[in-house]
Amino acid sequence: MTTFLTLLLNGLSLGAIYALIALGFSVIFKASEVVSFMHGSLLLFGAYTIAQLNAEIGFLPAVALGVAATAGIGLLVERLLINRLRGTAVITLAILTIGVDIILVTELTRRIGSDILNVGHPWGGEFVRLGEVGITENRLYAMLTAVVLMGLFFVAFKFSSWGVAMRAAAEDGETAALMGIRRGRVSAVAWVVGAGLAAVAGLFLVGSPTPGVSPGVTSVALRAFPAAILGGLDSTGGAVIGGLIIGIAEALASGYQEQLLFLGRGFGDVVPYVVMILVLLVRPSGLFGTKELTRV
Amino acid sequence: MLEVEGLQVTYGGAVQALRGVTLRVPDGKVVAVLGSNGAGKTTLLRTISNTLKLHRGRVEAGTITFDGASLTGRDASAIVATGLVQVPEGRRIFSRLTVEENLRAGAMGNRDKSARAAAQTRVYDLFPVLAERRSQRGGLLSGGEQQMLAIGRALMAGPKLLLLDEPSLGLAPKIIGQIGQIIRDIHDQGTSVLLVEQNATMALQVADSAYVLDVGKVSLEGPANELAATDAVQRLYLGQAAGDETQVQQAAARSTKTLSRWTA
Repeated sequence: MTTFLTLLLNGLSLGAIYALIALGFSVIFKASEVVSFMHGSLLLFGAYTIAQLNAEIGFLPAVALGVAATAGIGLLVERLLINRLRGTAVITLAILTIGVDIILVTELTRRIGSDILNVGHPWGGEFVRLGEVGITENRLYAMLTAVVLMGLFFVAFKFSSWGVAMRAAAEDGETAALMGIRRGRVSAVAWVVGAGLAAVAGLFLVGSPTPGVSPGVTSVALRAFPAAILGGLDSTGGAVIGGLIIGIAEALASGYQEQLLFLGRGFGDVVPYVVMILVLLVRPSGLFGTKELTRV
Repeated sequence: MLEVEGLQVTYGGAVQALRGVTLRVPDGKVVAVLGSNGAGKTTLLRTISNTLKLHRGRVEAGTITFDGASLTGRDASAIVATGLVQVPEGRRIFSRLTVEENLRAGAMGNRDKSARAAAQTRVYDLFPVLAERRSQRGGLLSGGEQQMLAIGRALMAGPKLLLLDEPSLGLAPKIIGQIGQIIRDIHDQGTSVLLVEQNATMALQVADSAYVLDVGKVSLEGPANELAATDAVQRLYLGQAAGDETQVQQAAARSTKTLSRWTA
């Protein structure tokens, strides 16, 4: 039982990080109809920038600057590429983000080299015990931060003018334009938010129990993909639920690896995709996605 | 106020939708544009609001000026800011947003906070039913209520000129009468209206003057009451000519089923 609870808690904390990334995918997709394949590089860029700056200006300023810089890259990509090519086939834009991703990852890999960079979080790798159940301090803070950020996001999404404009533009872009809503601005804000969330996720992903900043971090973003998809790509709430489901499933599959040996080693790595496929078989547009993603 | 001069529009570089349309909406008037399907009515409004490129349309020639300033090439949201707001065909309300959020979305182009509050009071006064249903999702409203919401949403931007694209589409005759009354009320409050309609009866009752569009060209124009009296308009749009009566009778004789009159 203790093992199960521990795995569940760790799964939740991992899921919270996935949820942050998936929420970013979902917001960007809603606002600009583009599936961002560059989140892996944004994660890595965020974590790398924070790690570099931490040594010089201290932790909190480094986090603020790192998140802002990552958000800036999101903004740059939106302004320079996505916004100018509006009206181009969506698939072209998605492939464009793959291109940007490759460029960024290549450059970052060159800079990081074969080292494993340490961010130097002020919290170490200690375990926090909540009764019988243990979790690393890093993951605990990740969970708390994710809850706060997602709460802020959903309040803004529901009540702020940006939220209303965003939901209106996502539902019917042409009519939104006729109402004076500037789609370009809505989309720019969405990219800033999506990239910023990725940087925060990156910050916690490279903390304990993960060893540090290495290019391998980018693969985590790929695991947040099934999270966003199984929640329904155009549903922000679905992205969060999807993130948690994937996180828990992955933690349980890795934790009970011995019992699951008949499936082969490393089953935890595949589990996100297996869960996604199972959900999509039953609900083709994801748990909370709208059935009709493309309007006729 | 609004002046459209020699407007030519094509879709996909091949289909000519407008072939030199010229029309004027004077300040403080209701102007109707009549025409059947494919006459170019919606294209005209798309061109004025500049959403044409979303439909692969292109302006080949002509100018559009509003209050003396050219609208050509301006962004759709910038045009809203000049005081020219369109209620699109088929209502197109945001069905997943509540009534109140729909109205908020309509006020996005309106920067003045007190003007927004005044617009909201005006909308709820005009459409008390929207005030009752303010927290319901737009998709749950009836067709007539959705049309009211679409008009109310456009009024939130505080327009000087309101463009209405077939507000009678898909509504029961009784509701169409209500919509006509609402258009008159909005006009009395000082907003000019450009009303695009297939329902000539309603449009000619409401409008001061009218244009008839036929395959991309203005074929008739003049004061609404004069137009309503012309043979061509009666025959084509009002269905009052003698020839129609016999056709209807023949059709009734051919059909074996009888229909009772549908009442709302």
